[in-house]
Amino acid sequence: MRIGVFICHCGSNIAATVDCAKAAEIAKSFPDVVYAADTMYTCAEPGQAAIEAAIHEHKLDGVVVASCSPRMHEATFRRTVERAGLNRYMFEMANIREHVSWIGKDKEANTNKTAELVKMAVAKLRNNSPLTAKTFDVTKKVLVIGGGVAGIQAALDCAEGGVPVILVERESTIGGKMAKLDKTFPTVDCSACILGPKMVDVAQHPNITLYAYSEVEEVSGYVGNFSVKIRRRASYVDWEKCTGCGACSEKCPSKKTPDAFNEFTGLTTAINIPFPQAIPKKAVINAAHCRQLTKGKCGVCAKTCPTGAIDYAMQDAFVTEEVGCIVAATGYELMDWTVYQEYGGGVWPDVITSLQYERLLSASGPTGGHIVRPSDGREPQTIVFIQCVGSRDKSIGRPYCSGFCCMYTAKQTILTKDHLPWSRSYVFYMDIRAPGKMYDEFTRRAVEEYGVEYIRGRVSAIYPDGQGRYVVMGADTLLGEQVEIKADMVVLAVGIEAARGAPGLAEKLRISYDAYGFYMESHVKLKPVETNTAGVFLAGVCQGAKDIPASVAQGSAAAAKVLALFARDKLENDPQTAQVDIRRCVGCGKCIRCCPFGAIKDSEIRGENKAQVIETVCQGCGLCTATCPQGAIQLAHATDNQILAEVNALCR
Amino acid sequence: MNYAYYPGCSAKGSSADYEKSTQAVCGMLDMNLVDIRDWNCCGSTPAHAVNTELSAALCARNLDIAAQQGVQKLLTSCPSCLSNLRHAAKRMEDPAFHARVDELLDNPTALKFPAVTSVMQGMAAHCDADEIGRHVRRNLGALSLAPYYGCLMSRPAEIMDFGDPENPTLMESLLGACGAKVLEFPLKTSCCGASYGIPEREMTARLSARILQLATDMEADAIIVACPLCQMNLDLRQKQAANSADARFNMPVLYFTQIMGLAFGLSGDDLGLDKLRVGADGLLLKIEQAASAQRGSAEGGKA
Repeated sequence: MRIGVFICHCGSNIAATVDCAKAAEIAKSFPDVVYAADTMYTCAEPGQAAIEAAIHEHKLDGVVVASCSPRMHEATFRRTVERAGLNRYMFEMANIREHVSWIGKDKEANTNKTAELVKMAVAKLRNNSPLTAKTFDVTKKVLVIGGGVAGIQAALDCAEGGVPVILVERESTIGGKMAKLDKTFPTVDCSACILGPKMVDVAQHPNITLYAYSEVEEVSGYVGNFSVKIRRRASYVDWEKCTGCGACSEKCPSKKTPDAFNEFTGLTTAINIPFPQAIPKKAVINAAHCRQLTKGKCGVCAKTCPTGAIDYAMQDAFVTEEVGCIVAATGYELMDWTVYQEYGGGVWPDVITSLQYERLLSASGPTGGHIVRPSDGREPQTIVFIQCVGSRDKSIGRPYCSGFCCMYTAKQTILTKDHLPWSRSYVFYMDIRAPGKMYDEFTRRAVEEYGVEYIRGRVSAIYPDGQGRYVVMGADTLLGEQVEIKADMVVLAVGIEAARGAPGLAEKLRISYDAYGFYMESHVKLKPVETNTAGVFLAGVCQGAKDIPASVAQGSAAAAKVLALFARDKLENDPQTAQVDIRRCVGCGKCIRCCPFGAIKDSEIRGENKAQVIETVCQGCGLCTATCPQGAIQLAHATDNQILAEVNALCR
Repeated sequence: MNYAYYPGCSAKGSSADYEKSTQAVCGMLDMNLVDIRDWNCCGSTPAHAVNTELSAALCARNLDIAAQQGVQKLLTSCPSCLSNLRHAAKRMEDPAFHARVDELLDNPTALKFPAVTSVMQGMAAHCDADEIGRHVRRNLGALSLAPYYGCLMSRPAEIMDFGDPENPTLMESLLGACGAKVLEFPLKTSCCGASYGIPEREMTARLSARILQLATDMEADAIIVACPLCQMNLDLRQKQAANSADARFNMPVLYFTQIMGLAFGLSGDDLGLDKLRVGADGLLLKIEQAASAQRGSAEGGKA
């Protein structure tokens, strides 16, 4: 074998603490190494050209690059050797940056360690053999989970690109959190007016199938060929027949049902359509509050419904869809702010969340768009807004910034002044974070044109003064003074957390999530919508806090990834898969049970049970290799011989 | 049942009425409080403000005595004593600190100290609400009471172990068991000004006035406390607080043991009510009026 070794300087990243020229010189003494060099930037165009040239000039049939982590550039160099005519698996990478130069300052020790890592890579390469990918068909259909603005955008862009879309939404209507907002910053345009048409587009687009009031139950398969089981929750209304006329909710006698869409600021009926622009505009019965379903006596809606759509016996139903890609756009929830006992812990009626305030501002909300106190229905004179309730607070385990609260608080103060011109608004803030386009100008307007009093500091306590108002005690850290404000109403900018059930869904999708339940992107900067599971993409707040413009952009970005993937008719698998030596396999089936991907099946060969790997499903995790009592399964590109060669290179 | 008890200095002076009523009420509940022998002051605010080792040494001596007597659980009434004893026990877990304190005391102290808890928690552990209810002889239903724990009893949460640091509720359950109407008092854990009554009288007056004003606005008949210093600031300095807020207060401030004792039918003398600056006569009158009204309606019903 003829091996070439390339030691990268990575500018000064590696060269500062590793003698790259010396390492290259040592490498020349390793078996089968016929060429070794050190280069400034191996990944750059001249660096790659030098590898190609060396392959031709020295008739190399294997290449080792010692540089950075393979996570980023293994793919780059595999393409390089392939261009020069080698099989892409006749390449090995030694990580001498993250594993050597960045973690130690002793140049001599670093140089020795570099040489040893290269020696291991060479030993492995000597045992490599060319591998070729298999191709498989792609189901050109996408599943979008979550019908908020990010999911809507992803669904519409995919549909416009000609891809059939399955959109699954947990609630009975799409629209997500944005549908609950009154106006949106920084232009103060009506949320329903800009989101509504998009929701209608979803309903009308021939490429979109909407499953509202449904949840993803099970996911199996792999990129290009996922199979998804969807639970359609019982709505007790036959949506084929329901026309959305609303006669049922007018007559429903159970009028004290908590109104989740209005963030529990008002009451609704047990059967209802959450809001006038709901898509689909179909009624749903809240089983916990329906008299027929809880007491077996009522049936008013069934009598009222002109199309006979009510079905009290309805059960959850399941459908299975085959898709090639999945976009997760599951959004967020407000954290449970009642942990803040110093703010009353949810006891005082006029201390409300910003999303509840949004419903009070909205013309379709419980008060018809009039700002009144929940306790007594009076208009508030003084309103205090508190930022960062459950954001940037390590003491309750929420160290992160929720991103958009500074902006919507500014918006809410401006709207408050429009609704109640004589009112006074105070905002307690930590920092004002307004880095978006026209954002800082917007917050300045709240201060300069609308006369909102911004006080930099935290609120230590809120309590009722016994005469119907609330005392807000806090600090003004710019003046270094304590402040006390008598307020009629307090609005808490409550921080966000991952959507209810987000970790469970992540496990179904086999994607990672962080300590707070937000989904992990493949690379924080360069792969913000991809996940580490091929074919699963992210959009919106499920990946981390972001506002509407960013959610929409990420929805479109996820759609672009889906369309790019579907631009090919066939996909290639990664040939680093498990391979069964059927002469050794005794058909015990342990590998079948341990495979997390269902990639191994039982098959009969000449009357004997043998394990068979489905190569397009196998993800190359290696669990079966470690499990097999016979040593009958080897993982291609990480065989026992290859690993032992590395160990021997290091230890002998 | 016998309980080891650390009275603290206030019990022997400024809060003699707290001590008297605690002994009386505990006695009725079959809790016999026995002083640990030869106890000394916990050091109060001055010691820990100057030197944590000095403070810990004063406390550790008491804890060591209790340990030598074989005590498992030590009760104390005063939140400040409780705080100092618990802080000292926590700090003494550090062997280096323990060694330095032993040196100060010229004596190696025990390696394991008894647990220290408040009389209030001890009471709740000793008997349930029904048991307390069985001792009630006077109906307190006519009274609205504002429970006030002060800032120390529940903080810091990890040392004091007294429920939610912002919203403890133990006193409410004891008062509720006695049949009183207990207000949801939002300032139950804010500071009364504590020992700043001496160096910064105006500040204490302002902080105490806030508490007195809210209780007045909420139409409380009395503020119920568990801390000698809170009681002093709210009661003895009530006039100062009123002057600072330009208001008039007439708010009795009773220890929780005093109001429990009233419910149990004890006399004012048994409970040291004569020690209050703002008298409790109004309270007693209200209880009596409600009782006679009830008797009247009961007799009317018979006729």
